[in-house]
Amino acid sequence: MTTLSHTIGDSATMLRRNLKHMLRYPSLTLMLVMIPALMLLMFVYVFGSTLGDGLGGASGGRAAYLSYVTPGILMMAIGGAMTGTAIGVATDMTQGIVDRFRTMSIARVSILTGHVIGSIIQILICVAAVFAIAFAIGYRPDAGPAEWLALLGVLVLISFALTWIAVALGVTAKSVETASNTPMPFTFLPFLSSGFVPTDSMPAGLRYVAEYQPFTPFIEVIRSLLAGTAADGTDLALTVVWSLGLALLGYLVSRAKFNQAV
Amino acid sequence: MFDLGLMLTLLPPTNRVTMNTRKPLAIEARGLRKAYGDNIVLDGIDIAVPEGSIYSLLGPNGAGKTTTVKILSTLARADAGEAFVNGADLHRDSDGVRKSIGVTGQFAAVDQLLNGTENLHLMGRLHHLGKAETKRRAAELLERLDITDIAKRLPSTYSGGQNRRLDIAMSLMGSPRVIFLDEPTTGLDPRSRRVMWEIIRELVSGGTTIFLTTQYLEEADELADRIAVLDGGKIVAEGTAAELKRLIPGGHISLQLLRIDQLEKAANLLGATAHDTEQLTIQVPGDGSVASLRSLIDLLDHESIEVGELTVHKPDLDDVFLTLTGQARPQKETRR
Repeated sequence: MTTLSHTIGDSATMLRRNLKHMLRYPSLTLMLVMIPALMLLMFVYVFGSTLGDGLGGASGGRAAYLSYVTPGILMMAIGGAMTGTAIGVATDMTQGIVDRFRTMSIARVSILTGHVIGSIIQILICVAAVFAIAFAIGYRPDAGPAEWLALLGVLVLISFALTWIAVALGVTAKSVETASNTPMPFTFLPFLSSGFVPTDSMPAGLRYVAEYQPFTPFIEVIRSLLAGTAADGTDLALTVVWSLGLALLGYLVSRAKFNQAV
Repeated sequence: MFDLGLMLTLLPPTNRVTMNTRKPLAIEARGLRKAYGDNIVLDGIDIAVPEGSIYSLLGPNGAGKTTTVKILSTLARADAGEAFVNGADLHRDSDGVRKSIGVTGQFAAVDQLLNGTENLHLMGRLHHLGKAETKRRAAELLERLDITDIAKRLPSTYSGGQNRRLDIAMSLMGSPRVIFLDEPTTGLDPRSRRVMWEIIRELVSGGTTIFLTTQYLEEADELADRIAVLDGGKIVAEGTAAELKRLIPGGHISLQLLRIDQLEKAANLLGATAHDTEQLTIQVPGDGSVASLRSLIDLLDHESIEVGELTVHKPDLDDVFLTLTGQARPQKETRR
Protein backbone atom coordinates (compact mmCIF):
# COMPACT_ATOMS: atom_id res chain seq x y z
CA MET A 1 0.00 0.00 0.00
CA THR A 2 1.17 3.51 -0.69
CA THR A 3 1.55 6.07 2.05
CA LEU A 4 -1.48 8.02 0.81
CA SER A 5 -3.83 5.04 0.76
CA HIS A 6 -2.50 4.12 4.21
CA THR A 7 -3.33 7.59 5.50
CA ILE A 8 -6.81 7.42 3.99
CA GLY A 9 -7.42 3.91 5.30
CA ASP A 10 -6.21 4.76 8.80
CA SER A 11 -8.24 8.00 8.79
CA ALA A 12 -11.34 5.99 7.85
CA THR A 13 -10.65 3.61 10.76
CA MET A 14 -10.27 6.54 13.15
CA LEU A 15 -13.41 8.20 11.74
CA ARG A 16 -15.30 4.99 12.34
CA ARG A 17 -14.05 4.98 15.91
CA ASN A 18 -15.22 8.56 16.49
CA LEU A 19 -18.63 7.93 14.91
CA LYS A 20 -19.03 4.91 17.17
CA HIS A 21 -18.27 7.13 20.17
CA MET A 22 -20.93 9.60 19.01
CA LEU A 23 -23.54 6.90 18.50
CA ARG A 24 -22.80 5.30 21.84
CA TYR A 25 -22.81 8.61 23.72
CA PRO A 26 -25.36 10.75 21.90
CA SER A 27 -25.74 13.14 24.85
CA LEU A 28 -22.87 15.38 23.73
CA THR A 29 -24.22 15.66 20.17
CA LEU A 30 -27.68 16.27 21.61
CA MET A 31 -26.35 19.10 23.73
CA LEU A 32 -24.57 20.60 20.73
CA VAL A 33 -27.92 20.53 18.87
CA MET A 34 -30.01 21.77 21.77
CA ILE A 35 -28.09 24.97 22.47
CA PRO A 36 -28.49 26.56 19.01
CA ALA A 37 -32.06 25.19 18.79
CA LEU A 38 -33.04 26.90 22.04
CA MET A 39 -31.20 30.07 21.01
CA LEU A 40 -33.14 30.13 17.76
CA LEU A 41 -36.47 29.77 19.53
CA MET A 42 -35.53 32.34 22.16
CA PHE A 43 -34.31 34.94 19.71
CA VAL A 44 -37.30 34.53 17.44
CA TYR A 45 -40.05 34.32 20.04
CA VAL A 46 -38.67 36.49 22.84
CA PHE A 47 -36.68 39.18 21.04
CA GLY A 48 -37.81 38.56 17.46
CA SER A 49 -40.70 41.00 17.18
CA THR A 50 -38.78 44.00 18.51
CA LEU A 51 -35.49 43.15 16.80
CA GLY A 52 -37.29 42.49 13.50
CA ASP A 53 -38.84 45.95 13.57
CA GLY A 54 -35.41 47.45 14.23
CA LEU A 55 -33.97 45.89 11.08
CA GLY A 56 -35.60 48.64 9.02
CA GLY A 57 -36.76 46.30 6.27
CA ALA A 58 -40.06 46.52 4.41
CA SER A 59 -41.95 43.91 6.43
CA GLY A 60 -40.25 43.84 9.85
CA GLY A 61 -41.44 41.89 12.85
CA ARG A 62 -40.82 38.31 13.90
CA ALA A 63 -40.86 36.72 10.43
CA ALA A 64 -38.22 39.15 9.15
CA TYR A 65 -36.03 38.50 12.18
CA LEU A 66 -36.29 34.73 11.69
CA SER A 67 -34.69 35.00 8.27
CA TYR A 68 -32.17 37.51 9.58
CA VAL A 69 -31.04 35.47 12.59
CA THR A 70 -30.95 31.94 11.09
CA PRO A 71 -27.43 32.33 9.58
CA GLY A 72 -26.18 33.64 12.94
CA ILE A 73 -27.66 30.64 14.72
CA LEU A 74 -26.04 28.33 12.15
CA MET A 75 -22.66 29.87 12.95
CA MET A 76 -23.40 29.51 16.62
CA ALA A 77 -24.08 25.81 16.06
CA ILE A 78 -20.75 25.44 14.26
CA GLY A 79 -18.87 27.43 16.92
CA GLY A 80 -20.55 25.45 19.68
CA ALA A 81 -19.65 22.11 18.10
CA MET A 82 -15.99 23.07 18.50
CA THR A 83 -16.36 22.36 22.22
CA GLY A 84 -17.32 18.77 21.45
CA THR A 85 -14.32 18.35 19.17
CA ALA A 86 -11.85 19.83 21.65
CA ILE A 87 -13.22 17.63 24.45
CA GLY A 88 -12.97 14.53 22.26
CA VAL A 89 -9.37 15.23 21.29
CA ALA A 90 -8.32 16.18 24.82
CA THR A 91 -9.93 13.01 26.21
CA ASP A 92 -7.93 10.96 23.73
CA MET A 93 -4.74 12.76 24.64
CA THR A 94 -5.14 12.23 28.37
CA GLN A 95 -5.85 8.52 27.99
CA GLY A 96 -3.28 5.88 27.22
CA ILE A 97 -4.88 5.04 23.89
CA VAL A 98 -3.04 7.80 22.00
CA ASP A 99 0.28 6.49 23.34
CA ARG A 100 -0.71 3.11 21.99
CA PHE A 101 -1.46 4.63 18.58
CA ARG A 102 1.90 6.37 18.67
CA THR A 103 3.74 3.08 19.12
CA MET A 104 1.97 1.61 16.08
CA SER A 105 3.00 1.85 12.50
CA ILE A 106 0.08 4.01 11.40
CA ALA A 107 -0.30 7.37 9.71
CA ARG A 108 -0.18 9.59 12.79
CA VAL A 109 -2.20 12.41 11.26
CA SER A 110 -5.11 9.96 10.86
CA ILE A 111 -5.79 10.22 14.61
CA LEU A 112 -6.49 13.94 14.07
CA THR A 113 -8.16 13.70 10.66
CA GLY A 114 -10.52 11.10 12.11
CA HIS A 115 -11.61 13.71 14.65
CA VAL A 116 -11.89 16.44 12.01
CA ILE A 117 -14.10 14.46 9.64
CA GLY A 118 -16.20 13.10 12.51
CA SER A 119 -16.74 16.63 13.82
CA ILE A 120 -17.75 17.94 10.40
CA ILE A 121 -20.40 15.21 10.25
CA GLN A 122 -21.50 16.19 13.75
CA ILE A 123 -21.72 19.84 12.69
CA LEU A 124 -23.80 18.96 9.64
CA ILE A 125 -26.22 17.14 11.96
CA CYS A 126 -26.47 20.27 14.13
CA VAL A 127 -26.94 22.46 11.03
CA ALA A 128 -29.69 20.17 9.71
CA ALA A 129 -31.44 20.32 13.08
CA VAL A 130 -31.32 24.13 13.13
CA PHE A 131 -32.76 24.23 9.60
CA ALA A 132 -35.48 21.75 10.53
CA ILE A 133 -36.59 23.87 13.49
CA ALA A 134 -36.39 27.09 11.47
CA PHE A 135 -38.55 25.53 8.76
CA ALA A 136 -41.00 24.27 11.34
CA ILE A 137 -41.55 27.79 12.69
CA GLY A 138 -42.05 29.32 9.30
CA TYR A 139 -38.63 30.02 7.78
CA ARG A 140 -38.79 29.99 3.97
CA PRO A 141 -35.44 30.84 2.37
CA ASP A 142 -35.35 31.84 -1.31
CA ALA A 143 -32.30 29.73 -2.17
CA GLY A 144 -32.45 27.59 -5.31
CA PRO A 145 -30.69 24.22 -5.77
CA ALA A 146 -27.44 25.90 -6.87
CA GLU A 147 -27.42 28.12 -3.79
CA TRP A 148 -28.15 25.19 -1.48
CA LEU A 149 -25.25 23.31 -2.98
CA ALA A 150 -22.99 26.35 -2.64
CA LEU A 151 -24.20 26.75 0.94
CA LEU A 152 -23.27 23.17 1.75
CA GLY A 153 -19.80 23.80 0.34
CA VAL A 154 -19.35 27.00 2.36
CA LEU A 155 -20.59 25.36 5.56
CA VAL A 156 -18.21 22.43 5.14
CA LEU A 157 -15.33 24.81 4.43
CA ILE A 158 -16.02 26.89 7.53
CA SER A 159 -16.55 23.77 9.66
CA PHE A 160 -13.27 22.35 8.37
CA ALA A 161 -11.42 25.51 9.41
CA LEU A 162 -12.98 25.83 12.86
CA THR A 163 -12.67 22.11 13.56
CA TRP A 164 -8.91 22.24 12.98
CA ILE A 165 -8.76 25.13 15.45
CA ALA A 166 -10.79 23.03 17.89
CA VAL A 167 -8.41 20.08 17.41
CA ALA A 168 -5.48 22.41 18.13
CA LEU A 169 -7.22 23.59 21.31
CA GLY A 170 -7.83 19.97 22.29
CA VAL A 171 -4.25 18.88 21.65
CA THR A 172 -2.78 21.84 23.53
CA ALA A 173 -5.14 21.57 26.50
CA LYS A 174 -3.54 20.15 29.65
CA SER A 175 -6.81 18.59 30.77
CA VAL A 176 -10.27 17.78 29.47
CA GLU A 177 -11.66 20.59 31.64
CA THR A 178 -9.44 23.14 29.91
CA ALA A 179 -10.51 21.80 26.54
CA SER A 180 -14.15 22.28 27.43
CA ASN A 181 -13.53 25.97 28.22
CA THR A 182 -11.09 27.25 25.60
CA PRO A 183 -13.48 26.95 22.62
CA MET A 184 -16.09 29.03 24.52
CA PRO A 185 -15.29 32.31 22.72
CA PHE A 186 -16.28 30.72 19.43
CA THR A 187 -19.80 30.14 20.73
CA PHE A 188 -20.08 33.85 21.49
CA LEU A 189 -18.28 35.31 18.49
CA PRO A 190 -21.53 35.24 16.45
CA PHE A 191 -22.95 37.83 18.88
CA LEU A 192 -20.08 40.19 18.02
CA SER A 193 -20.81 39.94 14.32
CA SER A 194 -23.64 40.71 11.95
CA GLY A 195 -25.35 37.52 13.15
CA PHE A 196 -27.95 38.96 15.49
CA VAL A 197 -28.06 42.68 14.68
CA PRO A 198 -26.54 44.67 11.78
CA THR A 199 -23.04 45.87 12.69
CA ASP A 200 -23.88 49.54 11.94
CA SER A 201 -26.16 49.56 14.97
CA MET A 202 -23.15 48.91 17.23
CA PRO A 203 -20.92 51.56 18.88
CA ALA A 204 -17.79 52.43 16.87
CA GLY A 205 -15.22 50.27 18.74
CA LEU A 206 -17.40 47.20 18.82
CA ARG A 207 -18.42 47.70 15.21
CA TYR A 208 -14.77 47.68 14.23
CA VAL A 209 -14.30 44.31 15.95
CA ALA A 210 -17.51 42.94 14.47
CA GLU A 211 -16.63 43.95 10.93
CA TYR A 212 -13.14 42.53 10.98
CA GLN A 213 -13.69 39.21 12.69
CA PRO A 214 -14.17 36.17 10.46
CA PHE A 215 -17.70 35.30 11.57
CA THR A 216 -19.15 38.42 9.90
CA PRO A 217 -18.11 37.49 6.34
CA PHE A 218 -19.08 33.87 7.06
CA ILE A 219 -22.56 34.96 8.12
CA GLU A 220 -22.94 37.44 5.27
CA VAL A 221 -22.13 34.76 2.67
CA ILE A 222 -24.55 32.28 4.28
CA ARG A 223 -27.24 34.99 4.45
CA SER A 224 -26.90 35.95 0.77
CA LEU A 225 -26.98 32.34 -0.39
CA LEU A 226 -30.10 31.63 1.70
CA ALA A 227 -31.72 34.77 0.30
CA GLY A 228 -31.07 33.41 -3.18
CA THR A 229 -28.79 36.29 -4.11
CA ALA A 230 -25.18 36.22 -5.24
CA ALA A 231 -22.73 36.54 -2.34
CA ASP A 232 -20.70 39.71 -2.09
CA GLY A 233 -17.29 39.14 -3.74
CA THR A 234 -15.29 40.55 -0.83
CA ASP A 235 -17.20 38.51 1.74
CA LEU A 236 -16.74 35.37 -0.30
CA ALA A 237 -13.02 36.01 -0.71
CA LEU A 238 -12.68 36.80 3.01
CA THR A 239 -14.55 33.59 3.88
CA VAL A 240 -12.23 31.47 1.75
CA VAL A 241 -9.07 33.21 2.97
CA TRP A 242 -10.08 33.13 6.65
CA SER A 243 -11.12 29.47 6.40
CA LEU A 244 -7.94 28.32 4.71
CA GLY A 245 -5.83 30.42 7.07
CA LEU A 246 -7.55 29.12 10.20
CA ALA A 247 -7.46 25.54 8.92
CA LEU A 248 -3.74 25.80 8.20
CA LEU A 249 -3.01 27.40 11.56
CA GLY A 250 -5.02 24.76 13.40
CA TYR A 251 -3.40 21.95 11.42
CA LEU A 252 0.15 23.19 11.99
CA VAL A 253 -0.33 23.78 15.70
CA SER A 254 -2.06 20.40 16.14
CA ARG A 255 0.59 18.51 14.24
CA ALA A 256 3.48 20.20 16.03
CA LYS A 257 1.92 19.65 19.45
CA PHE A 258 0.95 16.08 18.64
CA ASN A 259 4.37 15.05 17.36
CA GLN A 260 6.23 16.89 20.07
CA ALA A 261 9.01 14.72 21.38
CA VAL A 262 8.55 13.71 24.98
CA MET B 1 42.35 -14.08 3.70
CA PHE B 2 39.26 -12.29 4.86
CA ASP B 3 39.58 -8.86 6.23
CA LEU B 4 37.52 -9.40 9.33
CA GLY B 5 37.43 -5.72 10.27
CA LEU B 6 36.07 -4.79 6.88
CA MET B 7 33.51 -7.58 6.98
CA LEU B 8 32.29 -6.37 10.33
CA THR B 9 31.85 -2.83 9.18
CA LEU B 10 29.91 -4.00 6.13
CA LEU B 11 27.41 -5.93 8.19
CA PRO B 12 24.41 -4.22 9.70
CA PRO B 13 24.92 -3.63 13.43
CA THR B 14 22.53 -6.31 14.70
CA ASN B 15 24.18 -8.99 12.59
CA ARG B 16 27.50 -7.89 13.91
CA VAL B 17 26.38 -8.79 17.38
CA THR B 18 25.01 -12.18 16.36
CA MET B 19 28.54 -13.24 15.56
CA ASN B 20 29.57 -13.36 19.18
CA THR B 21 26.34 -14.29 20.89
CA ARG B 22 24.43 -17.52 20.57
CA LYS B 23 21.12 -15.91 19.73
CA PRO B 24 20.44 -12.82 17.65
CA LEU B 25 19.45 -9.79 19.68
CA ALA B 26 15.89 -8.51 19.63
CA ILE B 27 16.80 -5.36 21.51
CA GLU B 28 20.17 -3.75 21.64
CA ALA B 29 20.93 -0.37 23.16
CA ARG B 30 24.18 1.40 23.87
CA GLY B 31 24.75 4.45 26.01
CA LEU B 32 21.14 5.62 26.24
CA ARG B 33 20.87 8.94 27.96
CA LYS B 34 17.86 11.04 28.79
CA ALA B 35 17.43 14.12 30.88
CA TYR B 36 14.41 16.27 31.55
CA GLY B 37 15.97 19.65 32.24
CA ASP B 38 18.51 19.20 35.02
CA ASN B 39 17.04 15.89 36.05
CA ILE B 40 19.10 13.07 34.56
CA VAL B 41 16.77 10.10 34.21
CA LEU B 42 19.00 7.74 32.24
CA ASP B 43 22.72 8.10 32.57
CA GLY B 44 24.05 5.93 29.77
CA ILE B 45 22.55 2.46 29.87
CA ASP B 46 23.38 -0.58 27.72
CA ILE B 47 20.83 -3.29 27.03
CA ALA B 48 21.10 -6.56 25.10
CA VAL B 49 18.09 -8.84 24.89
CA PRO B 50 18.39 -12.11 22.93
CA GLU B 51 15.41 -13.11 20.79
CA GLY B 52 12.76 -15.17 22.49
CA SER B 53 13.83 -14.35 26.04
CA ILE B 54 12.37 -12.41 28.93
CA TYR B 55 14.49 -9.49 30.04
CA SER B 56 13.53 -7.69 33.17
CA LEU B 57 14.44 -4.19 34.13
CA LEU B 58 14.18 -4.08 37.89
CA GLY B 59 14.26 -0.95 39.94
CA PRO B 60 12.46 1.21 42.48
CA ASN B 61 10.04 3.95 41.51
CA GLY B 62 11.77 6.76 39.66
CA ALA B 63 14.74 4.63 38.60
CA GLY B 64 14.04 5.33 34.91
CA LYS B 65 12.20 2.12 33.93
CA THR B 66 9.27 3.79 32.19
CA THR B 67 11.57 6.25 30.44
CA THR B 68 13.56 3.32 29.06
CA VAL B 69 10.39 1.68 27.74
CA LYS B 70 9.23 4.99 26.25
CA ILE B 71 12.52 5.41 24.41
CA LEU B 72 12.68 1.82 23.13
CA SER B 73 9.05 1.93 21.98
CA THR B 74 9.57 5.23 20.06
CA LEU B 75 7.42 7.31 22.43
CA ALA B 76 10.36 9.40 23.59
CA ARG B 77 13.69 10.29 22.07
CA ALA B 78 16.95 9.58 23.81
CA ASP B 79 19.33 12.53 24.16
CA ALA B 80 22.26 10.28 23.30
CA GLY B 81 23.07 6.68 22.50
CA GLU B 82 21.79 4.28 19.89
CA ALA B 83 19.37 1.41 19.90
CA PHE B 84 18.03 -1.26 17.58
CA VAL B 85 14.81 -3.19 17.94
CA ASN B 86 14.54 -6.22 15.69
CA GLY B 87 17.33 -4.74 13.64
CA ALA B 88 15.54 -1.44 13.00
CA ASP B 89 17.37 1.70 14.07
CA LEU B 90 15.36 3.55 16.67
CA HIS B 91 16.36 6.98 15.39
CA ARG B 92 16.50 6.49 11.64
CA ASP B 93 13.69 3.98 11.22
CA SER B 94 11.25 4.47 14.07
CA ASP B 95 8.38 3.31 11.88
CA GLY B 96 10.29 0.09 11.23
CA VAL B 97 10.56 -0.39 15.00
CA ARG B 98 6.83 0.25 15.42
CA LYS B 99 6.04 -2.48 12.90
CA SER B 100 7.40 -5.24 15.14
CA ILE B 101 6.54 -4.14 18.68
CA GLY B 102 3.59 -4.24 21.05
CA VAL B 103 3.45 -2.03 24.12
CA THR B 104 1.44 -2.40 27.29
CA GLY B 105 2.06 0.47 29.63
CA GLN B 106 1.40 1.02 33.26
CA PHE B 107 -1.97 2.58 32.60
CA ALA B 108 -4.43 0.70 30.45
CA ALA B 109 -4.24 1.99 26.88
CA VAL B 110 -7.67 0.82 25.84
CA ASP B 111 -10.46 2.87 24.32
CA GLN B 112 -12.80 3.29 27.26
CA LEU B 113 -15.76 4.04 24.99
CA LEU B 114 -15.48 0.84 22.95
CA ASN B 115 -16.13 -2.67 24.23
CA GLY B 116 -13.50 -5.41 24.31
CA THR B 117 -14.20 -6.84 20.87
CA GLU B 118 -14.41 -3.39 19.28
CA ASN B 119 -11.07 -2.45 20.82
CA LEU B 120 -9.44 -5.52 19.27
CA HIS B 121 -11.14 -4.91 15.91
CA LEU B 122 -9.84 -1.34 15.96
CA MET B 123 -6.30 -2.70 16.39
CA GLY B 124 -6.84 -5.23 13.61
CA ARG B 125 -7.91 -2.53 11.17
CA LEU B 126 -4.97 -0.33 12.13
CA HIS B 127 -2.65 -3.28 11.47
CA HIS B 128 -4.40 -3.71 8.09
CA LEU B 129 -5.16 -7.34 8.82
CA GLY B 130 -8.31 -7.51 6.71
CA LYS B 131 -11.81 -8.23 7.95
CA ALA B 132 -11.72 -12.00 8.26
CA GLU B 133 -8.27 -12.15 9.84
CA THR B 134 -9.17 -9.33 12.28
CA LYS B 135 -12.24 -11.24 13.47
CA ARG B 136 -10.42 -14.53 13.70
CA ARG B 137 -7.49 -13.12 15.65
CA ALA B 138 -9.69 -11.08 17.98
CA ALA B 139 -11.76 -14.13 18.86
CA GLU B 140 -8.61 -16.19 19.38
CA LEU B 141 -7.01 -13.60 21.69
CA LEU B 142 -10.18 -13.08 23.71
CA GLU B 143 -10.23 -16.83 24.25
CA ARG B 144 -6.53 -17.08 25.04
CA LEU B 145 -6.65 -14.30 27.61
CA ASP B 146 -9.91 -15.60 29.00
CA ILE B 147 -11.96 -12.45 28.47
CA THR B 148 -14.46 -13.79 25.92
CA ASP B 149 -17.36 -13.59 28.36
CA ILE B 150 -16.80 -9.90 29.04
CA ALA B 151 -15.89 -8.93 25.46
CA LYS B 152 -19.21 -7.19 24.85
CA ARG B 153 -18.89 -5.02 27.94
CA LEU B 154 -17.16 -1.67 28.24
CA PRO B 155 -13.69 -1.64 29.87
CA SER B 156 -14.99 0.65 32.62
CA THR B 157 -16.83 -2.38 34.04
CA TYR B 158 -13.69 -4.57 34.04
CA SER B 159 -11.53 -5.40 37.03
CA GLY B 160 -7.89 -4.27 37.05
CA GLY B 161 -6.71 -7.67 35.87
CA GLN B 162 -9.29 -7.90 33.08
CA ASN B 163 -8.36 -4.42 31.88
CA ARG B 164 -4.69 -5.41 31.78
CA ARG B 165 -5.54 -8.58 29.84
CA LEU B 166 -7.53 -6.64 27.25
CA ASP B 167 -4.61 -4.25 27.02
CA ILE B 168 -2.22 -7.14 26.34
CA ALA B 169 -4.64 -8.67 23.82
CA MET B 170 -4.63 -5.33 21.97
CA SER B 171 -0.83 -5.33 21.93
CA LEU B 172 -0.87 -8.86 20.50
CA MET B 173 -3.26 -8.14 17.60
CA GLY B 174 -0.37 -7.20 15.34
CA SER B 175 1.62 -10.36 16.25
CA PRO B 176 4.56 -8.35 17.56
CA ARG B 177 7.98 -9.99 17.83
CA VAL B 178 8.91 -7.84 20.80
CA ILE B 179 6.53 -6.92 23.60
CA PHE B 180 7.21 -4.20 26.13
CA LEU B 181 5.40 -4.70 29.41
CA ASP B 182 5.78 -1.75 31.74
CA GLU B 183 4.94 -2.93 35.25
CA PRO B 184 2.25 -5.32 34.03
CA THR B 185 1.24 -6.50 37.50
CA THR B 186 1.38 -3.27 39.49
CA GLY B 187 -1.91 -2.85 41.30
CA LEU B 188 -3.15 -6.38 40.62
CA ASP B 189 -4.28 -8.79 43.31
CA PRO B 190 -2.12 -11.90 43.91
CA ARG B 191 -4.36 -14.18 41.83
CA SER B 192 -4.43 -11.84 38.83
CA ARG B 193 -0.67 -11.52 39.18
CA ARG B 194 -0.24 -15.30 38.89
CA VAL B 195 -2.54 -15.33 35.85
CA MET B 196 -0.47 -12.55 34.27
CA TRP B 197 2.72 -14.52 34.87
CA GLU B 198 1.21 -17.53 33.13
CA ILE B 199 0.27 -15.34 30.16
CA ILE B 200 3.78 -13.92 29.97
CA ARG B 201 5.35 -17.40 30.07
CA GLU B 202 3.02 -18.55 27.31
CA LEU B 203 3.96 -15.60 25.13
CA VAL B 204 7.63 -16.30 25.38
CA SER B 205 7.15 -19.99 24.64
CA GLY B 206 5.73 -18.86 21.30
CA GLY B 207 9.06 -17.19 20.48
CA THR B 208 8.16 -13.64 21.41
CA THR B 209 10.77 -11.49 23.13
CA ILE B 210 9.58 -9.76 26.27
CA PHE B 211 10.98 -6.64 27.84
CA LEU B 212 9.49 -6.41 31.28
CA THR B 213 9.86 -3.72 33.89
CA THR B 214 8.97 -4.39 37.46
CA GLN B 215 9.61 -3.19 40.96
CA TYR B 216 8.91 -6.64 42.35
CA LEU B 217 11.99 -8.79 42.87
CA GLU B 218 9.87 -11.87 43.12
CA GLU B 219 8.42 -11.18 39.68
CA ALA B 220 11.80 -10.75 38.02
CA ASP B 221 13.08 -13.88 39.79
CA GLU B 222 10.03 -15.83 38.66
CA LEU B 223 9.97 -14.78 35.01
CA ALA B 224 13.14 -13.27 33.67
CA ASP B 225 15.99 -14.99 31.86
CA ARG B 226 18.12 -11.98 32.53
CA ILE B 227 17.67 -9.18 35.03
CA ALA B 228 19.14 -5.71 34.97
CA VAL B 229 18.96 -3.70 38.15
CA LEU B 230 18.32 -0.05 37.35
CA ASP B 231 19.01 2.54 39.98
CA GLY B 232 19.36 6.28 39.61
CA GLY B 233 19.49 6.05 35.82
CA LYS B 234 22.31 3.49 35.77
CA ILE B 235 22.33 -0.26 35.43
CA VAL B 236 24.08 -1.31 38.62
CA ALA B 237 24.04 -5.06 37.92
CA GLU B 238 23.02 -7.39 35.14
CA GLY B 239 22.75 -11.14 34.82
CA THR B 240 20.57 -14.16 35.56
CA ALA B 241 18.84 -14.31 38.92
CA ALA B 242 21.41 -16.87 40.05
CA GLU B 243 24.32 -14.72 38.92
CA LEU B 244 22.93 -11.73 40.75
CA LYS B 245 22.49 -13.73 43.91
CA ARG B 246 26.13 -14.77 43.68
CA LEU B 247 27.13 -11.12 43.65
CA ILE B 248 26.42 -10.71 47.30
CA PRO B 249 27.82 -12.55 50.32
CA GLY B 250 26.34 -16.02 50.71
CA GLY B 251 23.68 -17.14 53.12
CA HIS B 252 23.86 -17.27 56.87
CA ILE B 253 22.54 -19.29 59.73
CA SER B 254 20.81 -17.49 62.52
CA LEU B 255 20.92 -18.99 66.01
CA GLN B 256 18.87 -17.93 68.95
CA LEU B 257 20.57 -18.74 72.24
CA LEU B 258 18.92 -19.29 75.58
CA ARG B 259 21.57 -17.88 77.90
CA ILE B 260 23.22 -14.48 77.66
CA ASP B 261 26.46 -15.70 79.21
CA GLN B 262 26.95 -18.12 76.31
CA LEU B 263 26.44 -15.50 73.61
CA GLU B 264 29.99 -14.26 73.33
CA LYS B 265 31.45 -17.72 73.63
CA ALA B 266 29.27 -19.00 70.82
CA ALA B 267 30.00 -15.98 68.69
CA ASN B 268 33.75 -16.46 69.00
CA LEU B 269 33.55 -20.21 68.56
CA LEU B 270 31.53 -20.06 65.35
CA GLY B 271 33.04 -16.91 63.85
CA ALA B 272 29.72 -15.05 63.93
CA THR B 273 29.44 -12.01 61.67
CA ALA B 274 26.80 -10.34 63.79
CA HIS B 275 25.25 -10.74 67.20
CA ASP B 276 22.38 -9.16 69.01
CA THR B 277 22.52 -9.15 72.81
CA GLU B 278 18.90 -8.05 73.14
CA GLN B 279 17.47 -10.84 71.02
CA LEU B 280 20.21 -13.29 72.00
CA THR B 281 20.87 -14.09 68.36
CA ILE B 282 24.07 -14.59 66.42
CA GLN B 283 24.57 -14.90 62.67
CA VAL B 284 27.02 -17.39 61.30
CA PRO B 285 28.05 -17.50 57.63
CA GLY B 286 27.11 -20.76 55.96
CA ASP B 287 25.33 -22.17 52.99
CA GLY B 288 22.82 -24.17 55.01
CA SER B 289 23.88 -27.60 53.69
CA VAL B 290 23.12 -30.57 55.91
CA ALA B 291 26.83 -31.29 56.41
CA SER B 292 27.61 -27.79 57.57
CA LEU B 293 24.59 -27.78 59.88
CA ARG B 294 25.61 -31.09 61.40
CA SER B 295 29.13 -29.89 62.19
CA LEU B 296 27.71 -26.68 63.58
CA ILE B 297 25.36 -28.51 65.90
CA ASP B 298 28.12 -30.93 66.92
CA LEU B 299 30.32 -28.00 67.85
CA LEU B 300 27.56 -26.42 69.92
CA ASP B 301 26.84 -29.72 71.67
CA HIS B 302 30.47 -30.20 72.45
CA GLU B 303 30.65 -26.83 74.19
CA SER B 304 27.22 -27.38 75.80
CA ILE B 305 25.79 -24.24 74.31
CA GLU B 306 22.01 -24.24 74.44
CA VAL B 307 20.22 -23.14 71.31
CA GLY B 308 16.54 -22.23 71.10
CA GLU B 309 16.02 -21.75 67.38
CA LEU B 310 18.01 -22.18 64.23
CA THR B 311 17.08 -20.61 60.88
CA VAL B 312 18.82 -20.86 57.53
CA HIS B 313 18.85 -17.77 55.30
CA LYS B 314 19.59 -18.10 51.61
CA PRO B 315 20.41 -14.92 49.73
CA ASP B 316 17.45 -13.73 47.70
CA LEU B 317 17.05 -10.92 45.24
CA ASP B 318 15.91 -8.72 48.09
CA ASP B 319 19.44 -8.90 49.51
CA VAL B 320 20.89 -8.22 46.07
CA PHE B 321 18.66 -5.26 45.60
CA LEU B 322 19.39 -3.91 49.01
CA THR B 323 23.12 -4.27 48.59
CA LEU B 324 23.22 -2.86 45.06
CA THR B 325 20.89 0.08 45.37
CA GLY B 326 21.70 0.84 48.97
CA GLN B 327 18.11 1.49 49.79
CA ALA B 328 15.27 -0.07 51.67
CA ARG B 329 13.22 -2.75 49.95
CA PRO B 330 10.88 -1.04 47.57
CA GLN B 331 7.40 -0.79 49.00
CA LYS B 332 7.05 -4.21 50.50
CA GLU B 333 3.68 -3.33 51.97
CA THR B 334 2.15 -2.68 48.57
CA ARG B 335 3.34 -5.93 47.09
CA ARG B 336 0.17 -7.80 47.81
